[in-house]
Amino acid sequence: MADSAIAAETKPWRSGTAEPFIRIQNISKIFGDFTAVDDVSLDIYKGELFCLLGGSGCGKSTLLRMLAGFETPTQGSITIDGQNVAGVPASERPTNMMFQSYALFPHMSVEKNVAYGLLREGVPKEQAMARTAEMLNLVKLGNFAKRKPHQLSGGQQQRVALARALIKQPKLLLLDEPLGALDKKLREETQFELIRIQESLGVTFIVVTHDQEEAMTLSTRIGVMNEGKIVQVGEPEEIYEHPNSRFVADFIGTVNLFQGRVDVVAPNEMRITGTEAGDLITKPIEGLSAKQTVSLALRPERISISREATSAANCIPGFVEEVAYLGNLSIYRVNIASGKTIKVTLSNLDIEGEPITWHEDVFLSWNAGSGVVLTT
Amino acid sequence: MSLSDTQNGRTASLLRKMGFSGRGLVIAVPTLWLLVFFLIPFLVVLKISVAEPLIARPPYSPLFVEGPDGWSIKATLSNYAYLLEDSLYIKAYWSSIKIAFFSTILTLLVGYPMAYYIARSQEPKRSLLLLLIVLPFWTSFLLRVYAWIGILKANGTLNGLLISLGIINEPLIILQTDIAVYIGVVYTYLPFMILPLYANLVKLDGSLLEASADLGASPISTFFRITLPLSLPGIIAGSMLVFIPVIGEYVIPALLGGPDTLMIGKVLWTEFFNNRDWPVASAVAIAMLIAVVVPVMFLRMAQTKAEENA
Repeated sequence: MADSAIAAETKPWRSGTAEPFIRIQNISKIFGDFTAVDDVSLDIYKGELFCLLGGSGCGKSTLLRMLAGFETPTQGSITIDGQNVAGVPASERPTNMMFQSYALFPHMSVEKNVAYGLLREGVPKEQAMARTAEMLNLVKLGNFAKRKPHQLSGGQQQRVALARALIKQPKLLLLDEPLGALDKKLREETQFELIRIQESLGVTFIVVTHDQEEAMTLSTRIGVMNEGKIVQVGEPEEIYEHPNSRFVADFIGTVNLFQGRVDVVAPNEMRITGTEAGDLITKPIEGLSAKQTVSLALRPERISISREATSAANCIPGFVEEVAYLGNLSIYRVNIASGKTIKVTLSNLDIEGEPITWHEDVFLSWNAGSGVVLTT
Repeated sequence: MSLSDTQNGRTASLLRKMGFSGRGLVIAVPTLWLLVFFLIPFLVVLKISVAEPLIARPPYSPLFVEGPDGWSIKATLSNYAYLLEDSLYIKAYWSSIKIAFFSTILTLLVGYPMAYYIARSQEPKRSLLLLLIVLPFWTSFLLRVYAWIGILKANGTLNGLLISLGIINEPLIILQTDIAVYIGVVYTYLPFMILPLYANLVKLDGSLLEASADLGASPISTFFRITLPLSLPGIIAGSMLVFIPVIGEYVIPALLGGPDTLMIGKVLWTEFFNNRDWPVASAVAIAMLIAVVVPVMFLRMAQTKAEENA
């Protein structure tokens, strides 16, 4: 009881009754004969850090720009905190945006960049400067107030852009690839920094990214986009463990996909025949008909690799083609009889015994519940 | 290939030993050009400006004179002193600078919106518009200025149009006034203002304008706070390209201006060809050069500063 109450408060999308903060209804955007965003509907709740994830050209940035007011939807409506924003120009929306290029004004100091929004709003200069100083401290740039943007490193510029976008205390902050221009190490640090700031200010964030790792780390929920449509919305775990399509399974992380036909459906297990790995045993899912074509998505870490055959529900022989040692784990590429290459990752838990290496004959095994059966 | 490479390398090192290098050669050509066509003529004019006028051929005294004690230099600053004595020259300088200044501002006011519009339009429209801007260069400058006489004169095209539309009853007297000079200068020098402005504005990052709008600025506020300051290097470059040649402009005031349009180019012409006073004419030319160099140096400094900021 108490548990579900907390869940409803921190994960309002689970309750089903909570009022969404941002309501996107049947939004489409058509440029000439190209449909960038195709009938997207999405509810986002207050305080969320929502990621729009997809490859380039999937429409995620266009959707973000429609929220900011830079693009007018061809059809559909957007409601932010109960207000329909159709026809409201970007300058009057309760949103602010952090641009992928940061778009810092090159002729203004850091301080002036950050204060820009407040001064345009008519906040008295002294008050604006005090709030700017506060905001610069929040992003740990207090000592850089008088610098020009080009005198800052990429990571510092990113924080100026964030401070500038946050200073007007927008109801909704839109971030376009906020970490795209940073190197890997800085990106990882900044991810947690972003979460800290978001939580301390309680602003709703919508982040556009093509980096699935970034989306997994940052977000409360992820909306995966493909060809202008949202193909799945869910918490990171849900998206990873229960993808609803081959596209999502393949896009998020690494996956081995086997296509076959439904053969025998028993209460506790089901057989898929005719895959590239022979007949496979999985847990049954509802609504399947006999002979229907399905795919089994199997994450590399769910497969175990051994020299001897095991009694697991699925056990197939293979030949180690390649091994990549990454320190904390090893990635194996194993060829099976049909010629298909299967990716297997193995945690390097202990260093006892002789590890399996190149050109060894091995067995790959997994349980019936290890994979996800996909119909699309 | 490797053989010819080594040969090339040998030739290059041989040339280097002789004091030639690729970089040196590239710089040598423009240096030579400036030396022959700018510095030497300048020195000749400088030399004449310190001579005395003679009724002879050439009509000035030589700089080096052979006397009983050998060669000596005979130079005088009296020509420069004369420029200060006769108020005509000072007036002409001021008038030239004033006309150049106001026509630069007028050209900027007309050229900026055009450059902005071209920079914001899409291809292929943009290329077409740029072509139209440089198209007048394909006809003789003199002819184009001459054509303005036909437009501006009392019974010309403009007055005819205005009278037939009933806007005015009496023809406007435009030709042979300063207004005609301004019209001619703005018309002639507009491309020199538009092209550098366009080159600057086309680089303007559209996301800066979006960021400004996103932060609550109106389009007008965005223009004055973002676009205009960032286009300052273009404004200065364009202004220099207009201001400098307009100071010394001769053809436009001679054809379109009136007898009381005082510009240093016309004064120079009169000294050389009517008064045949080469030393004073040369002094006028040198003084004008100095008068131009000073404001240009300030503009250059401002431009460097603006570029550092942008």
